[in-house]
Amino acid sequence: MSLEPQELIELKSKIGRDPTSTELQIIAAEWSEHCSYKSSKKHLKMLPMKGPLVIQEKGYDSGVLDVGGGYVITAHIESHNHPSAVEPYGGAATGVGGVIRDILSTGTRPIAILNGLRFGNIEKDQQARWLFKNAVTGIADYGNCLGIPTIGGEVEFDDCYQNYALVDVAAVGFGKKENLIKNHAKKGDLVVLLGGSTGRDGMGGSQFASDSLESEDRSAVQIPDPFIEKLIIEAILEARNHKLINAMKDLGGGGLSCAVSEIVDTLEVGIEMDVDMVHTRESNMHPDEIMISESQERMLIITSKTKLKKLQEICKKFRITCSVIGHIKSDNQMHVKKGKKTFANLPTDVVVNVTLLDLPSKKPVYLKTIEKEKKLKSISDYSKIMMSFLGAPNIASKIWVYGQYDHEVGIRTVIKPGHDASVLRLDNGKFLSIKIDGNPKQCYINPREGAIGCFEEACRNVVCTGAKPIGMLDHLQFGNPKDPEIFWTFLESLKGLTDFANYFKIPCIGGKVSLYNETPLGSIKPTPLIGVLGLIDKKPLIPQKITEGDCLVIVGDTKDEMGGSEYFEYVHKFVGGKCPSVNFVESKKNMKTVLKVIQSQLLKSVHDCSKGGLAVAISELCMMNQIGCKISLENVPGEKLDIDRILFSESHSRYLLILDKKNLKKLEIILKKNKVSFKLIGKFMGDKIQFTKGIKSIIDLRVDMAQKTWINSLKDLVLHG
Amino acid sequence: MKVGVVVFPGSNCDRDMYHVLTDVFNLDTQYYWHEKSLPKNIDAVILPGGFSYGDRLRAGVIAAHSPIIKDIQKMAEKGIPILGVCNGFQILVESGLLPGVLLKNESLNFMCEWINLIVENNKTPFTNQFKLHEKIPIPIANGEGRYYVDDNTLKQLKKKNQIVFRYSQVVNGSSNRIAGVCNPAGNVVGMMPHPERAVESEINPVDNKPSSLIFESLMVKMGVVN
Repeated sequence: MSLEPQELIELKSKIGRDPTSTELQIIAAEWSEHCSYKSSKKHLKMLPMKGPLVIQEKGYDSGVLDVGGGYVITAHIESHNHPSAVEPYGGAATGVGGVIRDILSTGTRPIAILNGLRFGNIEKDQQARWLFKNAVTGIADYGNCLGIPTIGGEVEFDDCYQNYALVDVAAVGFGKKENLIKNHAKKGDLVVLLGGSTGRDGMGGSQFASDSLESEDRSAVQIPDPFIEKLIIEAILEARNHKLINAMKDLGGGGLSCAVSEIVDTLEVGIEMDVDMVHTRESNMHPDEIMISESQERMLIITSKTKLKKLQEICKKFRITCSVIGHIKSDNQMHVKKGKKTFANLPTDVVVNVTLLDLPSKKPVYLKTIEKEKKLKSISDYSKIMMSFLGAPNIASKIWVYGQYDHEVGIRTVIKPGHDASVLRLDNGKFLSIKIDGNPKQCYINPREGAIGCFEEACRNVVCTGAKPIGMLDHLQFGNPKDPEIFWTFLESLKGLTDFANYFKIPCIGGKVSLYNETPLGSIKPTPLIGVLGLIDKKPLIPQKITEGDCLVIVGDTKDEMGGSEYFEYVHKFVGGKCPSVNFVESKKNMKTVLKVIQSQLLKSVHDCSKGGLAVAISELCMMNQIGCKISLENVPGEKLDIDRILFSESHSRYLLILDKKNLKKLEIILKKNKVSFKLIGKFMGDKIQFTKGIKSIIDLRVDMAQKTWINSLKDLVLHG
Repeated sequence: MKVGVVVFPGSNCDRDMYHVLTDVFNLDTQYYWHEKSLPKNIDAVILPGGFSYGDRLRAGVIAAHSPIIKDIQKMAEKGIPILGVCNGFQILVESGLLPGVLLKNESLNFMCEWINLIVENNKTPFTNQFKLHEKIPIPIANGEGRYYVDDNTLKQLKKKNQIVFRYSQVVNGSSNRIAGVCNPAGNVVGMMPHPERAVESEINPVDNKPSSLIFESLMVKMGVVN
C-alpha cells in the first residue's frame, strides 16, 4: 500500500477519525498516481479538449467525436507497462481488454485496436526478445478472439527499455449518437456487477503501477480471458439496445474501489453495497481484497429496479454472471458492508479528490551538452550501410507482428497495416484514418520538439490517406515525477503538445499519464505517444501499385537535424545532436496542400518521410511495390547538406508524392500556387534502388535482396536471436 | 431463399457474413443462436468464423456439441447446402460432418494474410460458378488452420472429389495444401479462408469477383436471380 504519511494525516482530518483497514485500501487505490493523476492533473488542463465535433458527457472514460449522419466515434488509449514488464503475455492481453471496456462503457461497439510496443535492444538482449514475442502473442490472442481488428501500431526498440516494456493500446468505437449511454442514477437504482468473477489476481495493481518496478510482483498482474470479454461486449450491446443501462463504468485500475467511488461521485449520488453479493473466484476473500482486486472482464452497471429482470435474462443467454451488489442512495456516501457489518463509509468526494501536487521541475543537466555533435566515422559504402539499416529492428518491416493480428475482421479495414495510417470505412459513408506515433530518441534530446514531432508525424500519416485530423489522444509516459529533471521533461512535452494542438485546432479527446516507468538502470526516455484520428468525407487515397515510369515528388525541406535519428543511433551508436523541429507555418501549409492535391486525384499514393529518413521512405516504396527507382539527391529541396544528412535526416513536414508522369504538370501548378517547397527527385523503374548525386552513384541495391532483408530480419531475430 | 447464420458464443464473423448476405447479395438472412432450432423451410446454413468458446480445448470442439448441431446434421443429410468458414469449418469437422482435423499452423502463430486459393471441385453448391482450377485471392485469419488427414483418408478424399480448395502455395503446412473440403455428397463445404472479407472491392486490394462467385454459386443452385 502506498499512502504517504502526509496523505494519511489528511484523510484522518477529512473524516474526523481513524480510517478502517478497508477504507485505507480504498483510499490507497484511488489516491494512487495511476488512478488520481495527482502529479499531472493540474497541468493536463492546459491541453485544448473542446472542439466542434467533441461530445462531452458525464463520466466517460473515452473521448467522443461526432462524425456526422447521426454517428459517433469513441477513442481511448491506455498502457499496461508495469504488468507487461513482469508477465508480457497477460500484461499486454489485459491491456487490450481494459481499453476495450472503456470504449464499451460509452455504449459504442469497439471496432479497432492499435498498439505501440517498446522494448530493449532485441539484437543483444534475450530478455527483450522474450518480452516482445510474448507481448505480441498476448495482444494477438486477446484481440483476435474478440473479433476486433488490430489495424495498426508501431514497435520500437531502445536500450532505455532494458528489462522493461511499454505496451500502449488505443481502441476505437463506433455507434449511433442516440445509443450513447447518458450516465445518470437516482435513489433506489440498482448497482450491478457483470462479467468475470472477482479473484485475488491484480491485487493492488494500480499501486504497483504507481511505483518504480523493483520487485516482480506477479500477483499484481491480472489474468486475461478474452472469451468472457467477448460475451460481455455482446451482452452489454444487447442491454443497450433495450435501454437497460442508466450508467456504466469499466472496472480497471483500483477495481471496485475506483469504479464505484468515481461513478457515484460523478453522478452526485451515494451507494450502499455489500461485498457478500460480489461473485468471487474463491471463498473467504476479505472485503479489502474484494474492493481492490483488479480481476479483468468486469463492468459496473446502474439500472432501474424495473429493468433488472430483462438484464438478467440477457446475461443468462450469454451465460455471464451478474450480481446486484448494492443500491443508489442520495447521501453522497460510499458505504461498503459485508452482510450487516460496515467496513467502510466515506464521503465520495473525499475518496475521489486527492490533494493535487505541484511538483518542482528543473531542466536536466544532460540537455546542456546533448545537442553537440561528435565527429562521425565517414561512410565509404552507403549500399552496404543501407542493407544493414533495412534489417535494423526499428526500420525492418513489422509484418511478423501485424501478420499475427486479425486486421480484417469487422470488414471495415480499407487501408491495412503496413502503410502510413490505417483506414476504416464507417456506416455513414465516411472513412476514419488512424495512426499512433512516438519517438523517445528525439524526445530525450528535446522533450518539447520531440513531442511535437510525434504529433506532427501522426498527423502527416493520416494526411497521407487523404484525412483531415479531427482529434488527438495522448499518452504521456515518463519516469519518477518526483525527480524534478524528469518532471521538467514531462512539462516540456505537454507544453509542446498543447501549442501544436492549439495552432492546428486539434482537440485532445482522451489520454493517459503513466509515470514511474523506471528500470533498474534508471528512468526510461520521455515517451509521449500520440494518436491522431482523421476523417475522410468522400474517398481515401488507397495506395495504388507503382509502375514503371511513375514520378516521385517530395514536398518539404530536408534539414540538418540528425539528433535522435536512427542513422546516428543505429549506424554510429551516437546519442546526441540537434533533433528535428516542426515549423508550424510550414507544417500547416504542407499539410493543407497535400490534402488538396489528394482531393484533385492526381496521385497514386503519398508516403510519409520519417524514421530512417528519405532513403528508407523511398526504399519502402520500392520494396512494397517490387520496383526499382532512380533518385537524384542533388534535387532534394532544403539547405545544402552532406550526403548522409540528405539520405537519413528525419526532418518533419515532408511527404513523398507518387504519380503518373502525365499528371506532373498539373501537380506542379497546384504546388507552386500553394507556395510549398517541392521538387521532382526521381522516378520508379527497373529492379534496383539507385540514389545518385550528380554522376556519382551513392546507393545501388537490388530490390529483391533489400526486400528479403527488410521483410525477414525481425522474424529471424525473434526466432533465432 | 432463406439463409441462416448460426451464432455460437464467441462467433465473431457472424455480423460480417450477415452484412454480405443481406447488403451485397440481397438474401433473406436470419441469425440463429446456437441453443435455438433451425426452421424447416431454411434453404442454406452458414457457420461463420470466430472463436466459439474461446477455442478452449480445441477450436470448434465445444460448439460441436451445441443443440443446433443436431438440426444441422439433419439438414446435411437432406442435402441442404451448408458452409462453414474458418471456425465454422472447425466446428463442422469436430461434429463429424466433414473429415479430417484442423491443427495449429506450422508457424505456431496466428496468420492473417492474403493468399490465393485454387478451386479443385466446381460441382458443390458454393463453387458451381467457378472454372476448375480458377484462382481466388482471399484472406486467411486463423491460428488452427492446418488441415490434416491421414494418407488413407486423403486417398478417399481425392477419389470422391472432396477436396474443394487448395492453397496455390504452402501456407500453413496443411495436408496436400488443402484449404477446404466437402462431404461425399458435396452439399457440406468447409473452408479456412474468409470469403465474406473479399467480396467487396472497397476492402479487397486485389480482385473481389472470384470470391463473390462463392455466394453466387449458392444463388444459382437455389435458382435465385439477382
